[in-house]
Amino acid sequence: MLHSPEPRVLVQEDLFDMGAEMTRLSTGAPGTGGISVFMGQVRGGPDGLESLTLEHYPGMTEKVLTDLAASAMERFSLLGCTLIHRVGTLAVGAPIVFVGTASAHRAEALAGTHFLIDRLKTGAPFWKCEQYQDGRRVWVEARDADDKAAASWD
Amino acid sequence: MTQDVTIFYFAALREQMGREREAVSLPASPMTVDALIQGLRRQDSVMDEVFAASPRLRVAINQTLATFQDTVKPGDELAFFPPMTGG
Repeated sequence: MLHSPEPRVLVQEDLFDMGAEMTRLSTGAPGTGGISVFMGQVRGGPDGLESLTLEHYPGMTEKVLTDLAASAMERFSLLGCTLIHRVGTLAVGAPIVFVGTASAHRAEALAGTHFLIDRLKTGAPFWKCEQYQDGRRVWVEARDADDKAAASWD
Repeated sequence: MTQDVTIFYFAALREQMGREREAVSLPASPMTVDALIQGLRRQDSVMDEVFAASPRLRVAINQTLATFQDTVKPGDELAFFPPMTGG
């Protein structure tokens, strides 16, 4: 059994360096045959959204993300796993979340990434508040589709 | 031996409650989250209105997701919040 590095879990205000994170995943463990990455960003549109503010529960967030990463490592036999989630106020187009996995073959990395982002959206204590150009502030409502996506991995 | 528990509120709930944390004393131990909250709501009209209007609230005990039927002990950290919307 090849040694897998510990999952890398970060909650931070700063922008992450996607290139550096991908290099870290691809070089982290011998036997890595591929990496898979999902990056989520603040979606712009015609409705005048200016920015999102991400709030979280310090302490619980790190715990939930670390447990989630560990379960993905085991379930998909991953050789590497990185979860980075930003908090604070982020403008339209700004990266919010980085999910990256490494595995021997593509299927595990791709499935692991999908699992992680689906579970993270409804299981980690983050909340989004939207700010619009006209001054409105709106807390984002949870979507049933996100609960279904998370439950599809049960 | 303190009988206090700390309660945190997050996101829209924090704004509606007008506070982000408070210490409350536990009238009995052990007791369920639901029993604690019912008692607090009787003493606090703001909390009563806010909780009545928020049917999908989640609860965490000591930073782990829990249910309203789970048991609270002195010294526990409770948190209430709306469904999570990360990612």
